[in-house]
Amino acid sequence: MNNLSSTERSTAPASPLLSVKQLRVDLPVAKGTLHAVRGIDFHVERGEMLCLVGESGCGKSMTSLALMGLLPRKAQVNADCLNFDGVDLLTVPERERSNLRGARMAMIFQEPMTALNPAYTLGNQLCEALRRHQQVSRKAAHDRALYLLKRVGISAAEERMRQYPHQLSGGLRQRVMIAMALMCEPDLIIADEPTTALDVTIQAQILHLLRDLQQEFGTAVIFITHDLGVVARIADRVAVMYAGEVIETASAQALFQAPSHPYTQGLLRCIPTPGKTLPGSRLQAIPGVVPNLVEKVDGCAFCNRCDQAAELCRTTPPLQTVADGHLSRCHFAHQLSNPAQLNAQEVTL
Amino acid sequence: MNSAASSRDPLALELCALSKTFKLGGGMLHKSRTLKAVNDVSLRVPRGQVMGLVGESGCGKSTLAKVLLGLTPPSAGDVLINGKAIVNANQKALARHIQPIFQDPYSSLNPRQRIEQIVGLPLRIHAMGTAKEQAAKVDEMLELVGLPKRAAQQYPGQMSGGQRQRVAIARALIMRPDLVICDEPTSALDVSVQAQILNLLLDLKDEFGLTYLFISHDLAVVEHLADRIAVMYLGRIVEEGTREQIFSAPRHPYTQALLASALTPEPGLGVPDIGLGAGQPDPTQPPSGCAFHPRCPIAQPECAQQAPALSPIAQSAGPGTSQGTSQGTSQGNPTRVACHFA
Repeated sequence: MNNLSSTERSTAPASPLLSVKQLRVDLPVAKGTLHAVRGIDFHVERGEMLCLVGESGCGKSMTSLALMGLLPRKAQVNADCLNFDGVDLLTVPERERSNLRGARMAMIFQEPMTALNPAYTLGNQLCEALRRHQQVSRKAAHDRALYLLKRVGISAAEERMRQYPHQLSGGLRQRVMIAMALMCEPDLIIADEPTTALDVTIQAQILHLLRDLQQEFGTAVIFITHDLGVVARIADRVAVMYAGEVIETASAQALFQAPSHPYTQGLLRCIPTPGKTLPGSRLQAIPGVVPNLVEKVDGCAFCNRCDQAAELCRTTPPLQTVADGHLSRCHFAHQLSNPAQLNAQEVTL
Repeated sequence: MNSAASSRDPLALELCALSKTFKLGGGMLHKSRTLKAVNDVSLRVPRGQVMGLVGESGCGKSTLAKVLLGLTPPSAGDVLINGKAIVNANQKALARHIQPIFQDPYSSLNPRQRIEQIVGLPLRIHAMGTAKEQAAKVDEMLELVGLPKRAAQQYPGQMSGGQRQRVAIARALIMRPDLVICDEPTSALDVSVQAQILNLLLDLKDEFGLTYLFISHDLAVVEHLADRIAVMYLGRIVEEGTREQIFSAPRHPYTQALLASALTPEPGLGVPDIGLGAGQPDPTQPPSGCAFHPRCPIAQPECAQQAPALSPIAQSAGPGTSQGTSQGTSQGNPTRVACHFA
């Protein structure tokens, strides 16, 4: 643990905006306790885009809800550290926390139709977001809403302000959600699969917009997705999750060029990529399925699907530093990050 | 098995000017509107090939699939399967030749039935063989799609998404159809499972000589699987051609925008600015002329007045491109584009 926090510190000399250490989320289910998040560490710097990537059930949404304080009451959240810009999110009273929510940390959900209130106009909801947190006049709130609607590329913004959510298409609704998240100029936006329900052309436009605004306003973003194509195009840094753990963190460049965990490598191999995979050829699928997180997981969670698993993998692998700012939770991370070394090892074996 | 049919007609599926319109609303206070979900679609799918059908939500892909499966009658035009029109065909006879695989394996399987009942249902409906023969066939099919023997006794609720999609595939193939309509078969699955299912679909295609109509919005998947690709926009096909032609030299501005917005996992490239307008048009009030013109970066005044026809263009690709593709693709099926400036 000591070793771990020292590596974290060396990659982040100034205090990060958000730092998470050993976050655990447990949910009671019919057959016992679901260990949805099993002790994860990561941090978010001011103004950076961190992508949390993983498949369904890996705990990425649970992590975001834990950070926002939006988990159901029966869920148990534990952590060694959950610090947002000097505020301890574990001990902060609910009243103060709800003041943070929306004002300093905002959230964009996957399906904007369920996140927007169908009974209020968009203008109403946008202005409420600001007037809930700041002492501003109706006029000032209205002006800011109008400015942001125009900024997110909505034409006839004045008219849209008087419309209800159902009168907008999915892409436009997601633009409204982004405008709403920006109303109070938060320091951190958590975007949970914001483009998954959208068509590819609309997705490209929304991502382009989000990246522009994030750089213009200097907002830090935790972007949650399962799509590695999206990750490659927008992320500054990436944390890959598997079975409730962060198994690799790296800069986007390093992750795609030198993936150092067998799961990350497998994910990158199994998507058809023009120019890399031959059309009609068989893809390199990852065999098997994810472990059941209701039961206790011993050793490396990925070892039953890993083609490089060894005896050592029955023990829990530590988070290893393979390069500056590049961590991997695999016993063989150093060999994996350097294929030449791996080949040499295979020969000696 | 189908040698007689294949010698008669090289086309597994042919659509001739197919249209499907729906009437919407229409009450005391509202005027009814018509929605042209599928609008004058003509398409030829040679036997043994994979035809990819791409387009955004609401472009009519799934309505087209429903018409093909005989689930809803077409408003105009013909569907020919193995050269025979299906319009007045017996639903039961049709089901022997064409079967679907749907997107969501959670809602397409009956949760109250065991897997052996689900997969064996087509055999019972068509009264194929004795109960013992049927059971043997189910076992054989489950093994072919990579499910363990004990899966036969399980319920869908006990299976993962990937396993359920394997069950759906087994059910679709147990009648040995000629043509399988795959409607977004992997979009509800995780990427690591998606690869398993795509591999299985390719294996089964080779094994049974199947023809696929593969509907998807994921361009990388379509490029991987399809021999030919048709691009739909607001109920019409705007471009149709071979995989090589569509992906290396797209002619229609909409195809170009679709390809530009596909995000490949290459860091450092950033998100492309594809230069399309924000608004998707209302399909009940399609724009005049070319339906794409309000969003088109190269639109001219005439595009708003006259709808371009889907017409063949001269093949600009060099010699040798037809190598390896079966007969009838390069000769009888040239690339078609619906744009005044293609």
